[in-house]
Amino acid sequence: MSIEIRNITKSYPGYTALDDISLSIRTGELIALLGPSGCGKTTLLRIIAGLETADKGSIILEDKDTTNLPAREKNVGFVFQHYALFRRLNVFDNVAFGLNVRPSSQRQSKSEIRDRVMHLLQLVQMEWAVKRYPSQLSGGQRQRIALARALAVNPKVLLLDEPFSALDAKVRLELRRWLRKLHEDIHVTSIFVTHDQEEALELADRIVVINKGKIEQLGSPQEVYDHPANAFVYNFLGNVNVFQGRIRNGKVVIGDHPVDTPHLLDGHEEKNGQAFIRPHEIGVSRIRSSESDLVGKIRDIRIMGSQIGLELETTGFEKLIEAEIPRDTWRNLQLNRGDEVFVTLNKVKVFTGDYEI
Amino acid sequence: MNMTLFKGKQRKILPGFGLSMGYTVFYLSAIVLVPLSTIVISAFGMNPETFFGAISSPRVLASYRLSVSTALLASLFDAVAGFLTAWTLVRYRFPGRRILDALVDLPFALPTAVAGICFATLYSPVGWLGQFLAKINMELINKPSGIVIALIFIGFPFVVRTVQPVIAELEPEIEESAQSLGANRWQTFRKILLPHLFPALLTGITLAFARGIGEYGSVIFIAGNLPFKTEIAPLMIMTKLDQFDYNGASAVAFVLLLISFTMLILLNGVQRWQQKAYQ
Repeated sequence: MSIEIRNITKSYPGYTALDDISLSIRTGELIALLGPSGCGKTTLLRIIAGLETADKGSIILEDKDTTNLPAREKNVGFVFQHYALFRRLNVFDNVAFGLNVRPSSQRQSKSEIRDRVMHLLQLVQMEWAVKRYPSQLSGGQRQRIALARALAVNPKVLLLDEPFSALDAKVRLELRRWLRKLHEDIHVTSIFVTHDQEEALELADRIVVINKGKIEQLGSPQEVYDHPANAFVYNFLGNVNVFQGRIRNGKVVIGDHPVDTPHLLDGHEEKNGQAFIRPHEIGVSRIRSSESDLVGKIRDIRIMGSQIGLELETTGFEKLIEAEIPRDTWRNLQLNRGDEVFVTLNKVKVFTGDYEI
Repeated sequence: MNMTLFKGKQRKILPGFGLSMGYTVFYLSAIVLVPLSTIVISAFGMNPETFFGAISSPRVLASYRLSVSTALLASLFDAVAGFLTAWTLVRYRFPGRRILDALVDLPFALPTAVAGICFATLYSPVGWLGQFLAKINMELINKPSGIVIALIFIGFPFVVRTVQPVIAELEPEIEESAQSLGANRWQTFRKILLPHLFPALLTGITLAFARGIGEYGSVIFIAGNLPFKTEIAPLMIMTKLDQFDYNGASAVAFVLLLISFTMLILLNGVQRWQQKAYQ
């Protein structure tokens, strides 16, 4: 079922949550709405579900304008951040709820409902918990039940509002992969909201980056990560070093260090610019490999797992530079705190203008 | 060995158990148990004939019937009104909400005699409301219906204050998810909200009922206290005391105590059963 979002605008007293958002989603896609908290992503999801009304604009589900339908007539599955399971009903009755409240003319027979519920519980690998109550389940298990409950009514689209953010890291990762697989099996058009860029990159077919009620970029995870449209997207998708600089004649000067920026050759006017570089794209070495290498000193070493984080103090840069190198490289170079190293800045990305983050 | 270690640790974390438990038992005894036990003792001190004679006289029986039925009606009315008020106070934001919230406690704070006089003035055939009721041939003064009105007033805060916190902890997402699964308003209320609020509602009703059976001050002004018609059970105790019939008064009081106690035990049982089913 395709979703067409047209010019959705929503204001609250004092701020605009969504500012003229348009977006079209194809049948069977898994879309991530990614942005910082308060950017309007959850509001958009709730408007699609009919739990909130838009000031302007329309929502079209498969050629049918559903903007003004109440939530219960939208046939949209919604999964909440804190599960919102019915505490007084057991797992079976939770999943069967949507089937049991149908008008009697459309309601399936008891045995059909039973089959459907058991099928869904199998799908979410929770058939052992039929008789349990939500309070007897862990967070991850509850969220699976919430998902089964939403899927029970055969929704046209599935909406997930930060579905994993209340879970611990390991369960989150597990459930994320499991959801990806589930989506490949059942292929229901899905939108999920997240503020976790890793989750969006790993799970989504396409990512919609939202900030302050506007779409900053729309694209596949690879597009968004490798070719961020602007400073906000670059900064939001992962760790980054930010440097203020001046752009002059196709070069950006950060600190006293000029870096080539061929994509900014237009004009000779001097402009303010910001240079971004991801920690893992910084080269660290014991020997100088080119003239433009910086001389740096290791101020701190953080062991983060497979990667090693270095804090580097360099001449000409006021701020410390954060670099990440693989564990093996770190071991081979035998780096210690206080050592002098040569720092290569690869792939510096420069955006013009001042950008507030 | 683990056990002893664990116990020692716990004592350190929450000190003063012995002392505070001692105080609790002492005060409960001094304030609740000892006074109540005097009634039990004097009731058991009577010979059975006097006791049953006192509580089974037609006038006393009529008063029990009246007290129980009016308290029951009033508490059921309070269940509806109190639930709606609690819902409004928790779920909506409007100017004056805090004042309204404070007003709910007024029946707790107000001397009940003051409430009784207010009702008597308001509903008398020449009072503000009474004159209109008189036109449609309805009279509340000196009628059981007047007693119900007074008991509704007295019991109202019990329901609001027990249901309010439970509504507050019920996330709006619960209702939203019911809606998005296709449930209409009534189904959401009937299948989700009501089962959730039921234990609290039951507690509120029971407290209002127990209070209603014992209410004296506000009722006697409006009831007219006609024997066999509008005499409530607590009034029977007063009447017997006025006649220096201490044994009779104790016997009537003992039955009232028994009713209250049974209500509270039943309530406890229901709550336990609810807890067991859902936790």
